Amino acid sequence: MPHRTFIWFILPTALAMILFIGLPIVSSFFQSLHIENEQVLMEVENCDPFGCTTNVRVDVEATEKIEAENPLGRFNGFGTYTDRNHLAFDEIREAWDNKTSIGEFKDIVLNLPFYKALLFTLTFCFAVTPPVIVLGFIVALSVNTLAKNLKGLIVFGTILPMIVTPLIGSLVLFWMIDSQGIIGASIQILFDDPNLSLKASSNLTWITLIIYGIWHNTPFAFVVFYAALQTVPQDPLEAAYIDGATRFERVRFIVIPHLYPVATFIMLICLMDNFRVFEPIIGFSAEGVAQSLSWMIYQDLRNENKMLFGSAGATSMLTILGIAFLLTPVLIRTWKEFKTER
Amino acid sequence: MNQTINKYSKQIIIVNSIFILFWLTISIFPFIWTLWGSFKVKADFFSRADWTYALSGFNTLIETGATTTIKAYLESWTEGEFGRATMNTMIVTVSVVSISLFLGTLGAYALSRSTFKYTFYILIIALVFRAMPHITLVSGYLFPFFQLNIWGILPTTIIVLVAINQPFTLWLLYSFFKTVPKELDESALIDGCSYFQAFRYIIMPVMWPGVVTAGLFSMMLAYNDFTVTALLLNQHNYTMVPKINAYLGTVEYGGNYMWAVSSVVSATAPLFMIIWFFQKQLISGLTAGAVKG
Repeated sequence: MPHRTFIWFILPTALAMILFIGLPIVSSFFQSLHIENEQVLMEVENCDPFGCTTNVRVDVEATEKIEAENPLGRFNGFGTYTDRNHLAFDEIREAWDNKTSIGEFKDIVLNLPFYKALLFTLTFCFAVTPPVIVLGFIVALSVNTLAKNLKGLIVFGTILPMIVTPLIGSLVLFWMIDSQGIIGASIQILFDDPNLSLKASSNLTWITLIIYGIWHNTPFAFVVFYAALQTVPQDPLEAAYIDGATRFERVRFIVIPHLYPVATFIMLICLMDNFRVFEPIIGFSAEGVAQSLSWMIYQDLRNENKMLFGSAGATSMLTILGIAFLLTPVLIRTWKEFKTER
Repeated sequence: MNQTINKYSKQIIIVNSIFILFWLTISIFPFIWTLWGSFKVKADFFSRADWTYALSGFNTLIETGATTTIKAYLESWTEGEFGRATMNTMIVTVSVVSISLFLGTLGAYALSRSTFKYTFYILIIALVFRAMPHITLVSGYLFPFFQLNIWGILPTTIIVLVAINQPFTLWLLYSFFKTVPKELDESALIDGCSYFQAFRYIIMPVMWPGVVTAGLFSMMLAYNDFTVTALLLNQHNYTMVPKINAYLGTVEYGGNYMWAVSSVVSATAPLFMIIWFFQKQLISGLTAGAVKG
């Protein structure tokens, strides 16, 4: 295809992507270098029969004027990145200098908003992915043995958790584990503790979120494994059968090695998708004990008084950095695939 | 031979059936429970006294005179303006799917037919774009959109969703176009078709399975989106998912839980029906490309 024709074909989609994916990232970066305008303060003298008092008030007019001149705020360089709500270099240095033990230092660092969110995001990523792969594989094996006329129905039932949006999926589960819902109430009866609630302790909330993550992601792993199972070569299986291998041995030494590349693919996609975990936190109302990086951005943009564009931009940039880290293996894989295709 | 290998012993069949039933319970039961509960009142679905009330409809009987009620549906669709949200979702979904497919098929066709090296780089960039968390993009949109005064309206959201959806659509359609033999459009070119004519009259008619699959994924993205719609639309223009979230927490709706429960059912039912019809395409799409939507 000549260059000119190619350009005309690709132009609309390229334009859409550059304008609404490329530019926003640049815009986010610029925002992150700026910080909200300071409010202009003025002293007002109030006099009444008992004497005069001076109050400090916000000069609304002057503040608005600055806002209009400089809507993005004032330039702050990388200040937002290092402030308390992000990388918090000063706080960490201080904690390191004053530490009495490593444990104490760790506690202080992990209570800083950014590191707290990072800890949850990573815990979620790495706690959800392995069970998803194992469970997805078992379900795929299991569905694969079923009679053909049953498969369609059961595959449909299996993929439901993946189809609904995370917010709705988590709400549906949340209503059941609520202390007044069916599972929550049953657990209370089971442990004979009327105050037991999955929302009560932060550990239980984290576990609930992770279980939700497994529930939501397993169907994807299942679908990919299920499709891959159809491509397992039959000849080695037959040979193994003749040589007297049991069913388990055939799965262990023939099927699983055949599915290794698929498993790494699922793992990478899962890690990347879970790194942006956000909606379940809202669905489970878990903001109090579990914050993720994406949730921090959402919170900055939802700020009641003023949207904190600078702060949201800085967190976005740091999140993208994390994604880039996770994405590298995927890119290398795609690169290799392309090289072999050519 | 095949028969003997694939013959399962009785124990395996029993264990397997139990496992499948157990798994299906986990994946389906929450939805059935929500559907059932949406016809009860709050005191039953979130019963402080006894969860079996949700089954018997104890309080529902007291409050409404019958064991099931459609009160929550009626109220959310009228007072809660859920009908409006449904309308918005339909507008957004239909527009996003059609625009996405239009842009995506053109681009993917070019990528699959060009032999130059830059196609590879475009695809890699698309892969990187696909990995960007939507919320980081939204944080980039808000400020310029406020300045340009295009925040809060449906067209902006539609264009944004189309753009966010492009990388995945491109990859998916690219892998489908690759399976269509080149000879097909080459012969058309020799016969005097332009590239666009070859694309429109020769390739598109055999591409429908791929287009349906890509359309299905665009639909799911637009229909399910929360991040973009919640932050880029004003309350009045909310689509279904942010609307449900609004029922839960905001002052306006006073945390009206049963509205949210019934709306969840209203929102998921059509989605499940569509997926039921297009299940094959969904699965082929998930396994076709190297990416997931």
